[in-house]
Amino acid sequence: MGMTMTQKILAKHSGLDSVKAGQLIMANVDMVLGNDITTPVAVKEFNKLGMDSVFDKNKISIVPDHFCPNKDIKSAEQVKFIREFAKDKGIVNFFEVGQMGVEHALLPEKGLVVAGDVVIGADSHTCTYGALGAFSTGVGSTDMACGMATGKAWFKVPEAIKFELVGKPGKWVSGKDVILHIIGMIGVDGALYKSMEFTGDGLAALSIDDRFTMANMAIEAGGKNGIFEVDDKTLEYIKDHSDKKYEVYSADEDAEYCETYIINLGSIKPTVSFPHLPDNTRAEGEFGEVRIDQVVIGSCTNGRMQDMRDAAEILKGRTVHPDVRCIIIPATQKIWREAMNEGLFDIFIESGAAVSTPTCGPCLGGHMGILAKGERAVATTNRNFVGRMGHPESEVYLASPHVAAASAVAGKIITPNELQEVSK
Amino acid sequence: MIARGKAIKYGNNVDTDVIIPARYLTSSEPAELAAHCMEDIDADFVNKVEKGDIIVAAKNFGCGSSREHAPIAIKASGISCVIAKTFARIFYRNSINIGLPILECEELFDESDEGDEIEVDFDSGEIKNVTKGKTFKTQPFPGFMQEIIENDGLVGYIRNNMK
Repeated sequence: MGMTMTQKILAKHSGLDSVKAGQLIMANVDMVLGNDITTPVAVKEFNKLGMDSVFDKNKISIVPDHFCPNKDIKSAEQVKFIREFAKDKGIVNFFEVGQMGVEHALLPEKGLVVAGDVVIGADSHTCTYGALGAFSTGVGSTDMACGMATGKAWFKVPEAIKFELVGKPGKWVSGKDVILHIIGMIGVDGALYKSMEFTGDGLAALSIDDRFTMANMAIEAGGKNGIFEVDDKTLEYIKDHSDKKYEVYSADEDAEYCETYIINLGSIKPTVSFPHLPDNTRAEGEFGEVRIDQVVIGSCTNGRMQDMRDAAEILKGRTVHPDVRCIIIPATQKIWREAMNEGLFDIFIESGAAVSTPTCGPCLGGHMGILAKGERAVATTNRNFVGRMGHPESEVYLASPHVAAASAVAGKIITPNELQEVSK
Repeated sequence: MIARGKAIKYGNNVDTDVIIPARYLTSSEPAELAAHCMEDIDADFVNKVEKGDIIVAAKNFGCGSSREHAPIAIKASGISCVIAKTFARIFYRNSINIGLPILECEELFDESDEGDEIEVDFDSGEIKNVTKGKTFKTQPFPGFMQEIIENDGLVGYIRNNMK
């Protein structure tokens, strides 16, 4: 029996010729990641193990990005605790404010993850790196602690769902719309415990940033990981960002999939997830009249360069609606500078939007844009659970940067097509 | 090992943001987290929960964030076991890793009401609704997972096995 991409990577990292779905394995990991919320718990657990050193100082990344720059005394104490741990253990990849970016935008940009890697991260959106043909998955703090100690993690080898992408997306359709469409189709537990493997001719029409967005949200369908077949765009990205040795794995011809979906990118419309689950999707034309109070453009899902350009394309020469606060958060320092140098900040600021330093901030209701009771936000983030961005009676609508920016201008949920109609 | 307590019921897709909202994640102290457990979907949870109680839920319990604070909060609130139709995978892993027993059972949710007395035998995998006099069979934990739970989590298990 052939293996999927994920199964091949896991077999290689556990020293086995082959693995099959359901098998329990112990795998070597190439990177162990944590943030300022999950790492303090991991450090406490690590200390209980009574070990002097970590397994490899170069293969651990600690990114204080959630409540950073620190929002209050308690969050500052948490970061101080992990900063001291990183110094004490000589951890190379600790990213202080000024170097820090939103973790899943930062690690690929810094060249710390490449095709063929196994990555565990104490953050559920660690699945993002599947965009580069890596196996990466979210774990908890105890797994992070044991990973830092041993360089290993146990896994149950997942079965996979194959998504064969065909065609080209329309003008205002990006990776975000594609993944929201897929989650709407299969549900928030549609890929529970499974790999989501993306392949097909349609990949050529998706940029690496589109793929990061899609792999990022595999967890919102319950997936263990999302992974893309490696092509020329992937290799170009890796060569531009990393000196690390990479390895390309393709699924065997006779690999077994529990389900296969053929997704015609050309038939997908701009899509929005309504409260309070990511699978509660509605396509263009089905939104009704939803007035909004805030727009957030950023996060590990959509805070990359393409997302900044998409937002600017809409906001250029337009004004944010007077009833809306529009907050734009480039995900890393590099993206921040590039957006500034391209003149995008002039467009944002002239439109009436605010630009923030990199942080996860509002996505998880941390800081930098918390919602009051009854308020509604359109966000390019990844979750719209009850209370996610603030008050338990506030609402989050998930959308692409194009739709979020158009909604900021209109003061209600609207697509760029509809905005153009209104503006005529 | 036996757990026994009254059922506290929740439906589908209980996410980790409602189990413990991010605004409380500036702490990782179990008692502090437990004080806000389930706050956003059930403000009364902290008042009604008693030591040994069992959460009975439907599909995809624990979906969302990887925060280990979620099972930590549930465990520290006195809950002895979570039984759901299915669990989100990171939550499942985290619960075992911190020594909170959780079991998958398709029937219990539909066959139980809030407040029913539930008893779980982890060795046999048998779940009883004592109030209704019904018994359900589920997969018992494999040996190593039971040992992890008995050692109060993966770290205790590793430490005791290194000795």
